[in-house]
Amino acid sequence: MSGPDPDSTGEAGDLMGGFRARRRGGVTARFAASQANIIRALVSQVEELIAGPGGEDGAVPGAAGRGGAVPGPLADLEALLGNTGGPAAPPDDPVLARLLPDAYRDDSEAAGEFRRFTEQELRSGKLAAAQTVLDTLPEDGGRVELTDEDAQVWLRALNDVRLALGVRLEITEDTAQRTQDLDPADPRSAYLWVYDWLTYLQETLVRALW
Amino acid sequence: MSVAPAEVERPEVREEAVPDTPWVTIVWNDPVNLMSYVTYVFQQVFGYSKRKAEKLMLDVHHKGRAVVSAGTRESMERDVAVLHGYGLWATVSHDK
Repeated sequence: MSGPDPDSTGEAGDLMGGFRARRRGGVTARFAASQANIIRALVSQVEELIAGPGGEDGAVPGAAGRGGAVPGPLADLEALLGNTGGPAAPPDDPVLARLLPDAYRDDSEAAGEFRRFTEQELRSGKLAAAQTVLDTLPEDGGRVELTDEDAQVWLRALNDVRLALGVRLEITEDTAQRTQDLDPADPRSAYLWVYDWLTYLQETLVRALW
Repeated sequence: MSVAPAEVERPEVREEAVPDTPWVTIVWNDPVNLMSYVTYVFQQVFGYSKRKAEKLMLDVHHKGRAVVSAGTRESMERDVAVLHGYGLWATVSHDK
């Protein structure tokens, strides 16, 4: 897409506004460089985790590096989402187990059979979604304009990042309350802030598409 | 599921979601997926009305799980694969 957006006049006013629908179709949002960096870093981490140790299945080696350095209290994002399981099979890492869940709850044989036939495609879809975000979100931020189709892909990619963070941060139904109780000096508070922001962003994206 | 800043309408609906058939797709509650997102996914994947999709979403939220589709085992496995693509926690089950 090209051409100026008539809505982009408010310089920083809509940085926290999230996504909204465009009159001509598709959705738009504006990101500061720091916001773009955080999203890119997290999406890259999820991408790397899903691609596995060998970076197989089309993942670009060093994908995480393209997210750029994340400053300040979020410097450990890589450590947060990095694969902690070594050469383990997917379900060993709780984040992967959540992103690639069993399709049968009480039948491990059927679950294994299903996984054998479908997991690769599931991984590919998630990797492609992550790549779409990296391709459409400039490192230095700015206005992002997405077709409805790409917006739906973003929705899934943002959700995967939130699922991954949710596992690592041990998010529960009443985490919102715990977030308020956290000491601002607690290192978890920065991650929870990111999680809450991504939640808000995803919510605005759903509503822009509805 | 978590609640996002904006409120979701909560209409009261009582109809049964799907007819009785041997195989079903179940979606389980989780603390991360947004109520709005889950509703949206049910509309996208199954072509359900917003009303029906919201009813199912609320069932997942309040009861911990909901049967979202029913049919042959093969079609349920297809549904589950698609829902996993959206990040929902879905399983295939033999209806009792």
